[in-house]
Amino acid sequence: MMSPSSSFWNTASREAMKSGMFVAKVYCFLHVTTNYLGFMAYAYGPSMIPTLHPSGNMLLAERISKRYQKPSRGDIVVIRSPENPNKTPIKRVVGVEGDCISFVIDPVKSDESQTIVVPKGHVFVQGDYTHNSRDSRNFGPVPYGLIQGRVLWRVWPFQDFGPLGPTPT
Amino acid sequence: MGIQNILWQVAKKAFTGSIIGLTISDRCCSVVPVRGDSMSPTFNPQRNSHLDDYVLVDKFCLKDYKFARGDVVVFSSPTNFGDRYIKRIVGMPGEWISSSRDVIRVPEGHCWVEGDNKTSSLDSRTFGPIPLGLIQGRVTRVLWPPQRISKIGR
Repeated sequence: MMSPSSSFWNTASREAMKSGMFVAKVYCFLHVTTNYLGFMAYAYGPSMIPTLHPSGNMLLAERISKRYQKPSRGDIVVIRSPENPNKTPIKRVVGVEGDCISFVIDPVKSDESQTIVVPKGHVFVQGDYTHNSRDSRNFGPVPYGLIQGRVLWRVWPFQDFGPLGPTPT
Repeated sequence: MGIQNILWQVAKKAFTGSIIGLTISDRCCSVVPVRGDSMSPTFNPQRNSHLDDYVLVDKFCLKDYKFARGDVVVFSSPTNFGDRYIKRIVGMPGEWISSSRDVIRVPEGHCWVEGDNKTSSLDSRTFGPIPLGLIQGRVTRVLWPPQRISKIGR
């Protein structure tokens, strides 16, 4: 005959296992969604003025298109920085593989410009506010493998809720 | 009606199982085959053997991208992002590497990778230093064939 206290621990441990399994399933579901479908990104900083506000934007980025197609010119992408893999800056794709890109190296200092050809398997990314942006003009073209996702939509601030796409010409 | 219910239950279990398996494979560790002999004799020591080595790739290191010289890593190719290579890190950021003609400094955030079998390896001597962000895991053990189960050291 089991004493009442041991059956209490039996039920308690069973309940704990069930909640533990539930938490594990939620964690796994969130992991798969944010790594294979899409994720939210908080973007701040001056490098993408006027497209993104320097004081903060909440963006929705998707991870689906990078598996099936190459990035195209005008896409805003989240990349893993080639200078520090723990940082994920957000820049715009200005050139894809094979493009010949001419850019002003440092618009703050001088008008000196440089021309490069984007190598195979790489993209040239640049912030919209070239006066204050570290991008491919500093760290060179970025391999496709560093692209984390493509920014689709701005969720916050609410007055700018809407899609984010290629710059209108 | 019973068959439909059973199929639905099986489908639910399969879906949950695959989600959990995918998360473990991405966050914890996964098993990958080693193709080619660019890492001989560490992996695939016999050239024409029909059996590929299978290795355990640890994913916990991707949390902070903390690697060290001597780690064997799996990374996405900088020229063909669908391909994955397994090579050894021989240079960390800030170190100097002597390649064929000159001496190169490994830039911040990058690493210099080379295969153990220098005569038949496509590595940093060809495509230059790779950004650490391309690394997808670190090889810790050989799992197959059983006579070669071992821990991969530095």
